[in-house]
Amino acid sequence: MQLRVRALETVLTEKGYVDPAALDAIVETYETKIGPRNGARVVARAWTDPAFKAALLKDASEAIRTMGHENRVGDHLIAVENTPARHNMVVCTLCSCYPWEMLGLPPVWYKAAPYRSRAVKDPRGVLADFGMTLPKDTEIRVWDSTAETRFLVLPMRPAGTEGWSEERLAEIVTRDSMIGTGLPKAAS
Amino acid sequence: MNGVHDMGGMDGFGKVEVEANEPTFHEKWEGRVMAMVRAMGANAGLNIDMQRFSRESLPPAVYLASSYYRKWFLGLVSTLVDRKLVGTDEIEAGHSLHQNAPLPKGKFGLADVQRIQTRGSFQRDVASQPVFRIGDKVRARNINPTTHTRLPRYVRGHVGTVERINGSHVFPDSYAHGGGENPQWLYTVVFTACELWGEEAPDPTAKISVDAFEPYLETA
Repeated sequence: MQLRVRALETVLTEKGYVDPAALDAIVETYETKIGPRNGARVVARAWTDPAFKAALLKDASEAIRTMGHENRVGDHLIAVENTPARHNMVVCTLCSCYPWEMLGLPPVWYKAAPYRSRAVKDPRGVLADFGMTLPKDTEIRVWDSTAETRFLVLPMRPAGTEGWSEERLAEIVTRDSMIGTGLPKAAS
Repeated sequence: MNGVHDMGGMDGFGKVEVEANEPTFHEKWEGRVMAMVRAMGANAGLNIDMQRFSRESLPPAVYLASSYYRKWFLGLVSTLVDRKLVGTDEIEAGHSLHQNAPLPKGKFGLADVQRIQTRGSFQRDVASQPVFRIGDKVRARNINPTTHTRLPRYVRGHVGTVERINGSHVFPDSYAHGGGENPQWLYTVVFTACELWGEEAPDPTAKISVDAFEPYLETA
């Protein structure tokens, strides 16, 4: 693949369609600047600031804009809140739609057939693949990202984190906890 | 189109395999493909739904056997060749051999990078009012276009409830095929697991939603 991809890049460059330096900049952005830390900051803020949490659940795109992220979040972001009664998880059965600005590029499993096929039919079985077992009476809600709306799960704040700073809380918010296939790290 | 990309509810793909400490890209070429897709998408006028359709249109066996970024590469090449921006002989040769028209938005350079870091808005104002209201029972229509659509097979013919109205958005079924933005009202429609998978559903209390455009829906 390396050779075929290089061939295409050479053709596009020679035709004056792309500047390779601009491609470098795109790659670098996703390798170093945009990742789950963006989403983790949002979750930590929601855990510590009730007004922000209310705004986030009302209109996530608008609420996050007020935080001044380096990369502005696009429109149509929807935050969905986990509670003891309801657990949310996000999938894109048709391709790989994912909130890039909040979580970075999606992991391979999110884009692969096992997750895309089973998340909507057997979500509890999928969560078991992640080593996650939810109480029987917790309703699972699966959000299939079939349009340009994007979903960010707001996980429950773990017990034992009372009084923690936003920065410290952000450290325990995992990528998977914002997709709904994991939980935040336990307080230690 | 009823392609293999429409995977919701299919069986036999096995367990989800999670890779610990997964890198952003496993090989250097993956990053180059991602960047070329973004750059050409932005300046050659290849919108997101055209790109999706190019990948959905790969032969099913190729789709299933290809890694994610290999699908992106194959989809990009087929789109560029179809639009006569690049020739297959040129990709073979690894050099430009022909004179081609410039891109609609010109060469993608460093000054363009910042612009593509923010997702654009897909909301478009329309004169019409939404036909459905929150709480309405709606049936996903039994449509089977051979062209691009974002209504997955597993909900077609099933009855759900309108939970949110997300505004009026660019309609992928038109946008993928040169039909313009043709904005339509977009709803979040939630279905019970038993409605979709029957009484023997693996998780009968689960609820599953899709975001569905108004032309995908009818009153139940």
